[in-house]
Amino acid sequence: MTPAGASAARRGFGQTSRNDAWWLQPLTVFIGLSIFLVYANFRVFQNAYFEFGGYLTPFYSPLLWGDSPHAWFQGVPDWLPRWISPAMVILVFPAGFRFTCYYYRGAYYKAFWGDPPACAVGELRDEFRGENSLPLIVQNVHRYFLYFAIAFLFLLAHDAWKGMWFDDGAGGKEFGIGVGTIVLTLNVVFLSGYTLGCHSLRHLVGGFLDVFSGSKGRKKAWDCVTCLNEHHMKWAWISLIWVMFTDLYVSMLARGEWTDWRIL
Amino acid sequence: MTTKATFRIWRGTKEGGEFQDFPTEVTEGMVVLDAVHKVQAEQAGDLACRWNCKAGKCGSCSAEVNGMPKLMCMTRLSDLDLSKPVTIEPVQTFPVIRDLVTDVSWNYEVKKRIKPFKPRKPDFEDGTWRMHQEDVDRVQEYRKCIECYLCQDVCHVLRDHKKHDEFIGPRFFTYVAALEMHPLDTEDRVEELREANGIGYCNITKCCTVVCPEHIKITDNAIIPLKERVVDRFFDPVKILFRKLFGK
Ligand code: SF4
Ligand code: SF4
Ligand code: FES
Ligand code: FES
Repeated sequence: MTPAGASAARRGFGQTSRNDAWWLQPLTVFIGLSIFLVYANFRVFQNAYFEFGGYLTPFYSPLLWGDSPHAWFQGVPDWLPRWISPAMVILVFPAGFRFTCYYYRGAYYKAFWGDPPACAVGELRDEFRGENSLPLIVQNVHRYFLYFAIAFLFLLAHDAWKGMWFDDGAGGKEFGIGVGTIVLTLNVVFLSGYTLGCHSLRHLVGGFLDVFSGSKGRKKAWDCVTCLNEHHMKWAWISLIWVMFTDLYVSMLARGEWTDWRIL
Repeated sequence: MTTKATFRIWRGTKEGGEFQDFPTEVTEGMVVLDAVHKVQAEQAGDLACRWNCKAGKCGSCSAEVNGMPKLMCMTRLSDLDLSKPVTIEPVQTFPVIRDLVTDVSWNYEVKKRIKPFKPRKPDFEDGTWRMHQEDVDRVQEYRKCIECYLCQDVCHVLRDHKKHDEFIGPRFFTYVAALEMHPLDTEDRVEELREANGIGYCNITKCCTVVCPEHIKITDNAIIPLKERVVDRFFDPVKILFRKLFGK
């Protein structure tokens, strides 16, 4: 039944009077996220080619166990099924962070769920719960993923730092910069731009206040997060693409397909 | 310089209607509302449309131009492809009265249900307050709203899912934000945001932001910050525990 005050008109799936390419944006999101999902899954199950000298790919960082010098715990626990890779355990956090991110939510509800397919375009389903009840009410945990995501920034910054130390040929380490160092460093920069522009962070650092004067520090923090937040979508895509490229770069080095140029 | 353009205008009542084509001469500088007036003057004297300021400030001339919610007075013909017919139809979310005129009175009823502004005691004996500009900056954005209801029109929760009884729509989230984040206000609207206002139905797909002629960042600056306040109150176990322990 149509509620009082509403029009009874309801368009069918994909119906619209829009004559522009409204399908282009959701399609781009669909393709972009699908490529990432397929690639990430492949890499997570591959359980190989995740390090090259001082470089460790972000997909396997932190490396909880393994025979690598990057590993927190040496060796592979016997009780662990072989198909479980260390990436599976840790990627739950960044994956959960992105999955519950306000930007991605809006984007994949459109692109993968057609809810709506695009603005002012008819939908497939009548039924709609939004984020008002289960299951999607769970999206409200986002800020907890944020806490982990911030911790990951430190871990990845540490990886970038380790990417600046190379074997000196005499059993020691020397400082240097390779293309990989830059790739790993940019990865931290882009992920920081994304993570520190988070809507939940914006709320937590100051957005919850109604009166900013008198809380100078909070106001400043809120301004900073707001500044990144205004371009949250761009940061989301740049950091996603770059993290994938960083992984590809390290894996290609590990397979011997690409050469890492030393700049310094 | 004049050119020919065809306007495909929806005509009818709540019983039903159809599109009718009006080939018209248009000149440089015209907006969609001018074209509608021209059709009214030359071909269809009984064509109903609502307008007032012709300056994008009264919010009366809302309609859908080529399928997108727009203010007719602010939509330039030079921004449209005139080689194809330009469709003009009433907003879809509210019932049609006639032609391009709809009954948006549901919005007035919703507004009445929102807890009104409740300022703290005046700061001075003469009954006045002092506020810092930085404390009202945020609220001023929401107050730019001209109540055109284009955001209500495009929001799929109302448009497609007809949740008019459980969801107040983006326009009124900006309104609640303006009150709730006001530095002088002492009222608490967080519970009603979750319950009566149905903020959980919003799936942050941002169509409201896209159509807002006042460029209010409805989703990012009003709805998401309010959702976060709802999370503080109802979903964050640490915050809930903290409140239980310290009563804050
Ligand atoms: S962001 Fe929310 S309120 Fe705005 S149009 Fe989308 S569902 Fe509606
Ligand atoms: S928020 Fe924007 S789109 Fe919505 S009613 Fe106000 S001015 Fe119109
Ligand atoms: S909102 Fe996007 S990361 Fe938090
Ligand atoms: S006539 Fe006033 S906004 Fe268009």
